[in-house]
Amino acid sequence: MNLAPAPLDAERVRRAWTVLASVEDPEIPALSIVDLGLIRSVKPQPGGTLEVGLSPTYIGCPATEVIRRSVEDALRSADLGAFAITHVLSPPWTSDWITAEGRRKLESYGIVPPEHGASSMRDVLRQARPVGCPRCHSTDTECLSEFGSTPCKALHRCRSCLEPFEYFKCI
Amino acid sequence: MTLPVPPDTSALFRYVLRLGDLSLVLGQRLGEWVGHAPALEEDLGLANVALDLIGQARLLLSYAGEIEGRGRGEDDIAFLREHGEYLNPVLVEQPNGDFGQTILRQVLIDAFQLELYQRMMASTDQRLAEIAAKSVKEVRYHLRYSSGWLVRLGDGTADSHARVEKALESLWPYTVELFAEDELDRTMADQGVAPRLSEVKMAWLERIDEILSEATLRRPPDRSHAWHGKRGQHSEHLGYILAEMQHLQRTYPGARW
Repeated sequence: MNLAPAPLDAERVRRAWTVLASVEDPEIPALSIVDLGLIRSVKPQPGGTLEVGLSPTYIGCPATEVIRRSVEDALRSADLGAFAITHVLSPPWTSDWITAEGRRKLESYGIVPPEHGASSMRDVLRQARPVGCPRCHSTDTECLSEFGSTPCKALHRCRSCLEPFEYFKCI
Repeated sequence: MTLPVPPDTSALFRYVLRLGDLSLVLGQRLGEWVGHAPALEEDLGLANVALDLIGQARLLLSYAGEIEGRGRGEDDIAFLREHGEYLNPVLVEQPNGDFGQTILRQVLIDAFQLELYQRMMASTDQRLAEIAAKSVKEVRYHLRYSSGWLVRLGDGTADSHARVEKALESLWPYTVELFAEDELDRTMADQGVAPRLSEVKMAWLERIDEILSEATLRRPPDRSHAWHGKRGQHSEHLGYILAEMQHLQRTYPGARW
Protein backbone atom coordinates (compact mmCIF):
# COMPACT_ATOMS: atom_id res chain seq x y z
CA MET A 1 0.00 0.00 0.00
CA ASN A 2 1.26 3.43 -0.87
CA LEU A 3 1.42 5.56 2.30
CA ALA A 4 3.00 8.63 0.73
CA PRO A 5 0.74 11.70 1.14
CA ALA A 6 -1.51 12.24 -1.87
CA PRO A 7 -0.55 15.25 -4.00
CA LEU A 8 -2.89 18.25 -3.75
CA ASP A 9 -6.08 17.81 -5.72
CA ALA A 10 -5.43 20.52 -8.28
CA GLU A 11 -1.97 19.15 -8.90
CA ARG A 12 -3.33 15.62 -9.24
CA VAL A 13 -5.95 16.72 -11.75
CA ARG A 14 -3.36 18.64 -13.76
CA ARG A 15 -1.01 15.66 -13.80
CA ALA A 16 -3.84 13.30 -14.74
CA TRP A 17 -4.69 15.41 -17.80
CA THR A 18 -1.02 15.45 -18.82
CA VAL A 19 -0.84 11.66 -18.48
CA LEU A 20 -4.12 11.18 -20.39
CA ALA A 21 -2.89 13.43 -23.19
CA SER A 22 -0.14 10.89 -23.78
CA VAL A 23 -2.56 7.96 -24.23
CA GLU A 24 -2.78 7.22 -27.95
CA ASP A 25 -5.94 6.19 -29.70
CA PRO A 26 -5.33 2.56 -30.70
CA GLU A 27 -6.78 3.03 -34.20
CA ILE A 28 -5.35 6.48 -34.98
CA PRO A 29 -2.11 6.66 -32.95
CA ALA A 30 -1.39 10.18 -34.23
CA LEU A 31 -4.11 11.39 -31.86
CA SER A 32 -4.43 11.15 -28.12
CA ILE A 33 -7.70 10.34 -26.43
CA VAL A 34 -7.76 13.93 -25.14
CA ASP A 35 -7.46 15.25 -28.73
CA LEU A 36 -10.47 13.11 -29.63
CA GLY A 37 -12.52 14.55 -26.78
CA LEU A 38 -13.02 11.17 -25.12
CA ILE A 39 -12.08 12.36 -21.62
CA ARG A 40 -15.13 14.20 -20.30
CA SER A 41 -13.93 15.01 -16.79
CA VAL A 42 -11.25 14.44 -14.17
CA LYS A 43 -12.62 15.06 -10.68
CA PRO A 44 -11.31 14.24 -7.23
CA GLN A 45 -14.05 12.64 -5.12
CA PRO A 46 -14.54 13.31 -1.39
CA GLY A 47 -12.95 9.96 -0.47
CA GLY A 48 -9.81 10.86 -2.44
CA THR A 49 -10.57 8.76 -5.51
CA LEU A 50 -9.88 10.48 -8.80
CA GLU A 51 -12.87 10.00 -11.05
CA VAL A 52 -12.18 9.98 -14.79
CA GLY A 53 -15.17 10.21 -17.14
CA LEU A 54 -14.59 8.41 -20.43
CA SER A 55 -16.96 8.52 -23.44
CA PRO A 56 -17.01 5.85 -26.15
CA THR A 57 -17.00 7.14 -29.74
CA TYR A 58 -19.20 4.51 -31.39
CA ILE A 59 -21.31 2.20 -29.23
CA GLY A 60 -19.89 -0.89 -30.85
CA CYS A 61 -16.34 0.38 -31.40
CA PRO A 62 -13.99 -2.52 -30.57
CA ALA A 63 -11.34 -0.01 -29.47
CA THR A 64 -13.40 1.10 -26.46
CA GLU A 65 -12.15 -1.70 -24.20
CA VAL A 66 -8.56 -1.18 -25.31
CA ILE A 67 -8.80 2.54 -24.57
CA ARG A 68 -10.17 1.87 -21.12
CA ARG A 69 -7.27 -0.45 -20.33
CA SER A 70 -4.72 2.05 -21.68
CA VAL A 71 -6.21 4.74 -19.44
CA GLU A 72 -5.98 2.45 -16.42
CA ASP A 73 -2.38 1.55 -17.18
CA ALA A 74 -1.38 5.17 -17.72
CA LEU A 75 -3.00 6.40 -14.51
CA ARG A 76 -1.55 3.53 -12.49
CA SER A 77 1.99 4.05 -13.72
CA ALA A 78 1.73 7.80 -13.03
CA ASP A 79 1.17 6.99 -9.33
CA LEU A 80 -1.77 9.33 -8.93
CA GLY A 81 -3.40 7.35 -6.14
CA ALA A 82 -6.82 5.73 -6.24
CA PHE A 83 -8.85 6.32 -9.38
CA ALA A 84 -12.08 5.14 -10.96
CA ILE A 85 -13.05 5.25 -14.62
CA THR A 86 -16.70 5.95 -15.32
CA HIS A 87 -18.40 5.28 -18.62
CA VAL A 88 -20.10 8.51 -19.76
CA LEU A 89 -23.00 7.89 -22.10
CA SER A 90 -24.68 11.26 -21.85
CA PRO A 91 -24.33 13.67 -23.52
CA PRO A 92 -23.22 11.34 -26.31
CA TRP A 93 -19.79 11.85 -27.84
CA THR A 94 -19.80 13.89 -31.03
CA SER A 95 -17.06 14.49 -33.58
CA ASP A 96 -17.51 18.20 -32.74
CA TRP A 97 -15.56 17.50 -29.53
CA ILE A 98 -12.33 16.76 -31.39
CA THR A 99 -10.03 19.59 -30.31
CA ALA A 100 -8.45 22.12 -32.70
CA GLU A 101 -5.14 20.38 -32.01
CA GLY A 102 -6.79 17.02 -32.79
CA ARG A 103 -8.13 18.32 -36.10
CA ARG A 104 -4.69 19.61 -37.05
CA LYS A 105 -3.12 16.23 -36.21
CA LEU A 106 -5.77 14.37 -38.22
CA GLU A 107 -5.08 16.54 -41.22
CA SER A 108 -1.32 16.10 -41.10
CA TYR A 109 -1.89 12.33 -40.70
CA GLY A 110 -3.81 12.41 -44.02
CA ILE A 111 -7.32 12.03 -42.57
CA VAL A 112 -9.82 14.77 -43.38
CA PRO A 113 -11.31 16.11 -40.12
CA PRO A 114 -15.10 15.94 -39.75
CA GLU A 115 -17.40 18.76 -40.70
CA HIS A 116 -18.84 20.71 -37.78
CA GLY A 117 -22.50 20.56 -36.85
CA ALA A 118 -22.88 16.87 -36.22
CA SER A 119 -26.47 16.95 -35.02
CA SER A 120 -28.01 18.01 -38.31
CA MET A 121 -30.01 15.70 -40.56
CA ARG A 122 -27.80 16.39 -43.58
CA ASP A 123 -26.19 12.99 -43.25
CA VAL A 124 -29.46 11.09 -43.56
CA LEU A 125 -30.44 13.15 -46.56
CA ARG A 126 -27.13 12.42 -48.21
CA GLN A 127 -26.62 16.15 -48.73
CA ALA A 128 -23.34 16.70 -46.96
CA ARG A 129 -20.93 19.05 -48.74
CA PRO A 130 -18.19 17.43 -50.83
CA VAL A 131 -15.10 16.57 -48.81
CA GLY A 132 -11.89 18.32 -49.92
CA CYS A 133 -8.85 16.22 -50.86
CA PRO A 134 -6.13 16.40 -48.13
CA ARG A 135 -3.37 16.24 -50.78
CA CYS A 136 -4.34 18.56 -53.63
CA HIS A 137 -7.29 20.34 -51.91
CA SER A 138 -9.59 19.74 -54.87
CA THR A 139 -13.26 19.45 -53.95
CA ASP A 140 -13.91 17.20 -56.94
CA THR A 141 -14.05 14.09 -54.78
CA GLU A 142 -16.35 11.11 -54.36
CA CYS A 143 -17.28 8.75 -51.55
CA LEU A 144 -16.12 5.20 -52.31
CA SER A 145 -17.45 3.67 -49.13
CA GLU A 146 -19.53 5.03 -46.26
CA PHE A 147 -17.53 2.79 -43.95
CA GLY A 148 -13.76 2.63 -43.84
CA SER A 149 -11.04 0.81 -41.94
CA THR A 150 -12.52 1.80 -38.54
CA PRO A 151 -16.10 2.66 -37.46
CA CYS A 152 -15.21 6.37 -37.34
CA LYS A 153 -13.98 6.77 -40.93
CA ALA A 154 -15.31 6.71 -44.49
CA LEU A 155 -13.30 6.13 -47.67
CA HIS A 156 -13.20 8.81 -50.37
CA ARG A 157 -11.30 9.37 -53.61
CA CYS A 158 -10.09 12.54 -55.28
CA ARG A 159 -11.04 12.82 -58.94
CA SER A 160 -8.30 15.40 -59.58
CA CYS A 161 -5.20 13.68 -58.19
CA LEU A 162 -6.89 10.25 -58.19
CA GLU A 163 -5.64 9.42 -54.68
CA PRO A 164 -7.92 7.69 -52.17
CA PHE A 165 -8.15 9.23 -48.70
CA GLU A 166 -10.01 8.80 -45.42
CA TYR A 167 -12.61 11.12 -43.94
CA PHE A 168 -13.39 11.18 -40.23
CA LYS A 169 -17.16 10.77 -40.11
CA CYS A 170 -19.27 13.57 -38.72
CA ILE A 171 -21.56 12.25 -35.98
CA MET B 1 -49.73 9.53 3.77
CA THR B 2 -49.88 7.83 0.41
CA LEU B 3 -46.85 6.09 -0.89
CA PRO B 4 -45.74 6.80 -4.45
CA VAL B 5 -46.79 4.08 -6.87
CA PRO B 6 -43.70 2.03 -7.68
CA PRO B 7 -42.92 1.91 -11.40
CA ASP B 8 -43.96 -1.30 -13.10
CA THR B 9 -40.52 -2.80 -13.47
CA SER B 10 -41.71 -5.97 -15.15
CA ALA B 11 -43.32 -3.96 -17.97
CA LEU B 12 -40.20 -1.82 -18.36
CA PHE B 13 -38.05 -4.96 -18.35
CA ARG B 14 -40.07 -6.50 -21.16
CA TYR B 15 -40.09 -3.27 -23.15
CA VAL B 16 -36.31 -2.86 -22.90
CA LEU B 17 -35.93 -6.49 -24.01
CA ARG B 18 -38.01 -5.72 -27.10
CA LEU B 19 -35.65 -2.92 -28.05
CA GLY B 20 -32.52 -4.87 -27.17
CA ASP B 21 -33.58 -8.06 -28.94
CA LEU B 22 -34.38 -6.17 -32.12
CA SER B 23 -30.79 -4.86 -32.17
CA LEU B 24 -29.26 -8.16 -31.10
CA VAL B 25 -31.03 -10.37 -33.65
CA LEU B 26 -30.53 -7.95 -36.54
CA GLY B 27 -26.87 -7.47 -35.60
CA GLN B 28 -26.40 -11.24 -35.62
CA ARG B 29 -28.18 -11.54 -38.99
CA LEU B 30 -26.08 -8.81 -40.61
CA GLY B 31 -22.96 -10.48 -39.27
CA GLU B 32 -23.70 -13.42 -41.57
CA TRP B 33 -22.64 -11.22 -44.48
CA VAL B 34 -19.05 -10.94 -43.25
CA GLY B 35 -16.87 -12.47 -45.93
CA HIS B 36 -19.82 -12.87 -48.33
CA ALA B 37 -20.87 -9.34 -49.33
CA PRO B 38 -20.74 -8.39 -53.04
CA ALA B 39 -17.74 -6.08 -52.52
CA LEU B 40 -15.21 -5.39 -49.78
CA GLU B 41 -16.78 -1.96 -49.11
CA GLU B 42 -20.20 -3.52 -48.47
CA ASP B 43 -18.65 -6.24 -46.34
CA LEU B 44 -17.22 -3.44 -44.18
CA GLY B 45 -20.43 -1.45 -44.30
CA LEU B 46 -22.70 -4.27 -43.17
CA ALA B 47 -20.21 -5.38 -40.51
CA ASN B 48 -20.00 -1.84 -39.13
CA VAL B 49 -23.78 -1.52 -38.94
CA ALA B 50 -23.89 -4.95 -37.23
CA LEU B 51 -21.31 -3.76 -34.69
CA ASP B 52 -23.34 -0.66 -33.84
CA LEU B 53 -26.45 -2.82 -33.41
CA ILE B 54 -24.62 -5.21 -31.09
CA GLY B 55 -23.43 -2.14 -29.18
CA GLN B 56 -27.05 -0.98 -28.77
CA ALA B 57 -28.02 -4.48 -27.65
CA ARG B 58 -25.27 -4.47 -25.01
CA LEU B 59 -26.48 -1.21 -23.48
CA LEU B 60 -30.12 -2.28 -23.56
CA LEU B 61 -29.70 -5.85 -22.31
CA SER B 62 -27.39 -4.69 -19.48
CA TYR B 63 -30.08 -2.23 -18.49
CA ALA B 64 -32.75 -4.95 -18.67
CA GLY B 65 -30.63 -7.05 -16.30
CA GLU B 66 -30.41 -4.16 -13.84
CA ILE B 67 -34.17 -3.56 -13.97
CA GLU B 68 -34.80 -7.24 -13.34
CA GLY B 69 -32.44 -7.18 -10.37
CA ARG B 70 -31.62 -10.87 -10.36
CA GLY B 71 -27.97 -10.47 -11.20
CA ARG B 72 -28.21 -11.34 -14.90
CA GLY B 73 -25.75 -9.48 -17.11
CA GLU B 74 -25.85 -8.69 -20.84
CA ASP B 75 -24.26 -12.03 -21.77
CA ASP B 76 -26.63 -14.12 -19.65
CA ILE B 77 -29.58 -12.40 -21.27
CA ALA B 78 -28.19 -12.59 -24.80
CA PHE B 79 -26.96 -16.17 -24.71
CA LEU B 80 -28.96 -18.11 -22.16
CA ARG B 81 -32.60 -17.38 -22.89
CA GLU B 82 -35.00 -19.66 -24.71
CA HIS B 83 -36.66 -19.03 -28.06
CA GLY B 84 -39.97 -17.75 -26.60
CA GLU B 85 -38.21 -15.26 -24.31
CA TYR B 86 -36.88 -13.19 -27.23
CA LEU B 87 -39.15 -10.23 -27.87
CA ASN B 88 -37.90 -8.88 -31.22
CA PRO B 89 -40.29 -8.25 -34.10
CA VAL B 90 -40.25 -11.07 -36.64
CA LEU B 91 -38.95 -8.79 -39.45
CA VAL B 92 -35.40 -8.71 -38.07
CA GLU B 93 -35.08 -12.50 -37.93
CA GLN B 94 -36.01 -12.97 -41.61
CA PRO B 95 -33.20 -14.47 -43.72
CA ASN B 96 -30.81 -12.09 -45.44
CA GLY B 97 -31.80 -13.18 -48.95
CA ASP B 98 -29.78 -11.38 -51.60
CA PHE B 99 -28.00 -8.05 -51.01
CA GLY B 100 -31.09 -6.16 -52.17
CA GLN B 101 -33.33 -7.89 -49.64
CA THR B 102 -30.86 -7.20 -46.82
CA ILE B 103 -30.69 -3.54 -47.83
CA LEU B 104 -34.46 -3.23 -48.02
CA ARG B 105 -34.93 -4.77 -44.55
CA GLN B 106 -32.25 -2.40 -43.29
CA VAL B 107 -34.02 0.67 -44.67
CA LEU B 108 -37.28 -0.40 -43.00
CA ILE B 109 -35.58 -0.92 -39.63
CA ASP B 110 -33.16 2.03 -39.81
CA ALA B 111 -36.06 4.41 -40.47
CA PHE B 112 -38.04 2.79 -37.64
CA GLN B 113 -35.19 3.12 -35.17
CA LEU B 114 -34.55 6.69 -36.29
CA GLU B 115 -38.13 7.84 -35.68
CA LEU B 116 -38.42 5.82 -32.45
CA TYR B 117 -35.13 6.89 -30.89
CA GLN B 118 -35.48 10.53 -31.90
CA ARG B 119 -38.65 10.64 -29.81
CA MET B 120 -37.30 8.46 -27.04
CA MET B 121 -34.61 11.06 -26.34
CA ALA B 122 -37.41 12.78 -24.38
CA SER B 123 -38.30 9.61 -22.43
CA THR B 124 -39.24 9.91 -18.76
CA ASP B 125 -36.82 7.03 -18.23
CA GLN B 126 -33.47 8.77 -18.11
CA ARG B 127 -31.40 5.75 -19.03
CA LEU B 128 -33.49 5.03 -22.13
CA ALA B 129 -33.29 8.70 -23.08
CA GLU B 130 -29.50 8.50 -22.91
CA ILE B 131 -29.28 5.26 -24.88
CA ALA B 132 -31.62 6.75 -27.51
CA ALA B 133 -29.52 9.91 -27.82
CA LYS B 134 -26.38 7.85 -28.33
CA SER B 135 -28.00 5.41 -30.77
CA VAL B 136 -29.79 7.95 -32.93
CA LYS B 137 -26.51 9.44 -34.19
CA GLU B 138 -25.41 6.07 -35.53
CA VAL B 139 -28.84 5.12 -36.83
CA ARG B 140 -28.87 8.29 -38.96
CA TYR B 141 -25.70 7.12 -40.61
CA HIS B 142 -27.09 3.60 -41.10
CA LEU B 143 -30.10 5.02 -42.91
CA ARG B 144 -27.88 7.16 -45.08
CA TYR B 145 -26.02 4.00 -46.10
CA SER B 146 -29.04 1.73 -46.58
CA SER B 147 -31.26 4.28 -48.32
CA GLY B 148 -28.38 5.28 -50.62
CA TRP B 149 -28.12 1.67 -51.73
CA LEU B 150 -31.87 1.19 -52.07
CA VAL B 151 -32.07 4.19 -54.41
CA ARG B 152 -29.19 2.83 -56.49
CA LEU B 153 -30.73 -0.63 -56.71
CA GLY B 154 -34.33 0.49 -57.26
CA ASP B 155 -33.38 3.12 -59.80
CA GLY B 156 -30.68 0.88 -61.28
CA THR B 157 -30.85 -1.95 -63.77
CA ALA B 158 -33.95 -3.99 -64.61
CA ASP B 159 -32.50 -6.86 -62.59
CA SER B 160 -31.65 -4.81 -59.47
CA HIS B 161 -35.05 -3.11 -59.62
CA ALA B 162 -36.88 -6.43 -59.87
CA ARG B 163 -34.93 -7.84 -56.94
CA VAL B 164 -35.67 -5.00 -54.50
CA GLU B 165 -39.27 -4.85 -55.71
CA LYS B 166 -39.67 -8.54 -54.88
CA ALA B 167 -38.00 -8.00 -51.49
CA LEU B 168 -40.41 -5.15 -50.76
CA GLU B 169 -43.38 -7.36 -51.60
CA SER B 170 -42.18 -10.13 -49.34
CA LEU B 171 -40.97 -8.04 -46.37
CA TRP B 172 -43.65 -5.34 -46.26
CA PRO B 173 -46.24 -7.48 -44.41
CA TYR B 174 -43.77 -7.88 -41.52
CA THR B 175 -43.67 -4.11 -40.95
CA VAL B 176 -47.25 -4.20 -39.62
CA GLU B 177 -45.99 -5.80 -36.42
CA LEU B 178 -43.59 -2.91 -35.73
CA PHE B 179 -46.54 -0.59 -35.22
CA ALA B 180 -49.17 -2.98 -33.89
CA GLU B 181 -49.67 -1.38 -30.48
CA ASP B 182 -50.37 -3.82 -27.67
CA GLU B 183 -50.92 -3.44 -23.92
CA LEU B 184 -47.17 -3.11 -23.23
CA ASP B 185 -46.67 -0.42 -25.89
CA ARG B 186 -49.64 1.48 -24.48
CA THR B 187 -48.39 1.25 -20.89
CA MET B 188 -44.97 2.56 -21.89
CA ALA B 189 -46.49 5.42 -23.90
CA ASP B 190 -48.86 6.30 -21.03
CA GLN B 191 -45.87 6.53 -18.67
CA GLY B 192 -43.94 8.68 -21.15
CA VAL B 193 -41.23 6.01 -21.39
CA ALA B 194 -41.81 5.47 -25.12
CA PRO B 195 -43.48 7.47 -27.88
CA ARG B 196 -46.90 6.47 -29.24
CA LEU B 197 -46.42 3.95 -32.02
CA SER B 198 -49.09 5.66 -34.12
CA GLU B 199 -46.98 8.82 -34.08
CA VAL B 200 -43.82 6.90 -34.94
CA LYS B 201 -45.63 5.20 -37.79
CA MET B 202 -46.74 8.45 -39.40
CA ALA B 203 -43.23 9.85 -39.44
CA TRP B 204 -41.83 6.50 -40.58
CA LEU B 205 -44.27 6.23 -43.49
CA GLU B 206 -43.42 9.70 -44.66
CA ARG B 207 -39.72 8.92 -44.66
CA ILE B 208 -40.20 5.49 -46.29
CA ASP B 209 -42.43 6.94 -49.02
CA GLU B 210 -39.79 9.52 -49.83
CA ILE B 211 -37.05 6.90 -50.13
CA LEU B 212 -39.23 4.48 -52.11
CA SER B 213 -40.22 7.17 -54.55
CA GLU B 214 -36.59 8.13 -55.12
CA ALA B 215 -35.89 4.42 -55.64
CA THR B 216 -38.78 4.25 -58.17
CA LEU B 217 -40.60 1.71 -55.99
CA ARG B 218 -44.20 1.69 -54.85
CA ARG B 219 -45.34 0.95 -51.32
CA PRO B 220 -47.48 -2.23 -51.18
CA PRO B 221 -50.80 -2.10 -49.29
CA ASP B 222 -50.80 -3.16 -45.61
CA ARG B 223 -52.07 -6.68 -45.07
CA SER B 224 -53.32 -8.22 -41.87
CA HIS B 225 -50.60 -10.01 -39.97
CA ALA B 226 -50.25 -12.96 -37.67
CA TRP B 227 -46.79 -12.34 -36.24
CA HIS B 228 -46.21 -11.80 -32.57
CA GLY B 229 -42.45 -11.79 -32.16
CA LYS B 230 -42.86 -8.91 -29.70
CA ARG B 231 -44.71 -11.40 -27.47
CA GLY B 232 -42.24 -14.21 -28.03
CA GLN B 233 -43.99 -16.05 -30.86
CA HIS B 234 -41.43 -16.31 -33.62
CA SER B 235 -40.98 -17.61 -37.12
CA GLU B 236 -38.92 -20.78 -37.51
CA HIS B 237 -35.91 -18.64 -38.49
CA LEU B 238 -35.13 -17.43 -34.97
CA GLY B 239 -34.34 -20.95 -33.75
CA TYR B 240 -31.52 -21.31 -36.28
CA ILE B 241 -30.05 -17.92 -35.35
CA LEU B 242 -30.08 -18.85 -31.66
CA ALA B 243 -28.61 -22.29 -32.28
CA GLU B 244 -25.62 -20.65 -33.91
CA MET B 245 -25.36 -17.67 -31.57
CA GLN B 246 -25.76 -19.62 -28.33
CA HIS B 247 -23.79 -22.73 -29.27
CA LEU B 248 -20.64 -21.81 -27.39
CA GLN B 249 -22.29 -20.68 -24.15
CA ARG B 250 -24.55 -23.71 -24.12
CA THR B 251 -21.71 -26.15 -24.76
CA TYR B 252 -19.29 -24.49 -22.33
CA PRO B 253 -21.47 -22.62 -19.83
CA GLY B 254 -19.80 -19.50 -18.47
CA ALA B 255 -16.91 -19.66 -20.97
CA ARG B 256 -14.98 -16.37 -21.16
CA TRP B 257 -12.01 -15.18 -23.14
